[in-house]
Amino acid sequence: MAKASPQGDLVFKALGDSTRRAMLDRLYERNGQTLGELCAGLEMARQSAAQHLEILEAANLVSTVKRGREKLHFINPVPLHEIYERWVRKFETQRLRLLHDLKAQLEGDKQ
Amino acid sequence: MKQETTSFVYVTYILSTPEKVFEAITRPEIARAYWGHENVSDWKVGSEWRHIRADAKRDVQLVGKVIESAPPRRLVISWANQSQKDDPSKTSRVTFEVEPQGEMVRLTVSHDELEAGGGMEKGIRRGWPLVLSSLKSFLETGRAIDILALPKSA
Repeated sequence: MAKASPQGDLVFKALGDSTRRAMLDRLYERNGQTLGELCAGLEMARQSAAQHLEILEAANLVSTVKRGREKLHFINPVPLHEIYERWVRKFETQRLRLLHDLKAQLEGDKQ
Repeated sequence: MKQETTSFVYVTYILSTPEKVFEAITRPEIARAYWGHENVSDWKVGSEWRHIRADAKRDVQLVGKVIESAPPRRLVISWANQSQKDDPSKTSRVTFEVEPQGEMVRLTVSHDELEAGGGMEKGIRRGWPLVLSSLKSFLETGRAIDILALPKSA
């Protein structure tokens, strides 16, 4: 399993940035966006968005498909699921969920 | 044309061979171990395939046709709930692509022509990441995620 950790590092690094998390949220809402669409939604410069997407792709959190001249970006939650299995589920998921619900209630968070 | 549709593309890298990955999808006795279901077909173009829950009741949950079959690299199937199989608007399409990359295999599962906002979209958004991480875990370590034991909300 030693081979799994560099990939895990890439995923945690990619997630350690609010812009990249916002990009994943945008793709979760509407999957298969072009770079242009993502930039417009996030009011970001193209070059900066492209760099962030490169990091997300390297971590396999975003996959791409070419359709004609367009490159579409898809959120790929498979590595997140692996992290969930590795770091969350085995540590008493039920109790964490209760805490999460309590926090959400106290903070008035819709989540 | 149909109403609005949506697509999803899932990618996972697995330390395995294309043959093993392809067999894990198409051979019931392997799929049962990590998917909790079997995919049953002769995998010839035009044949039917069925997705059967691997428990005592053996419910047929999904059905479809084999559209393309090129083992061990590519498989394209149509995909519908057993109860909605005669409604073309509820039929989607799944493409499995298996590419070797060094010691790893890149498995891409593209799910297209899904009715946007429908029940199948909700199901597969939860299902594919779970199935693919279970497949990866199973092929790399011999241990799968117990899919049928997970609570619905997990």
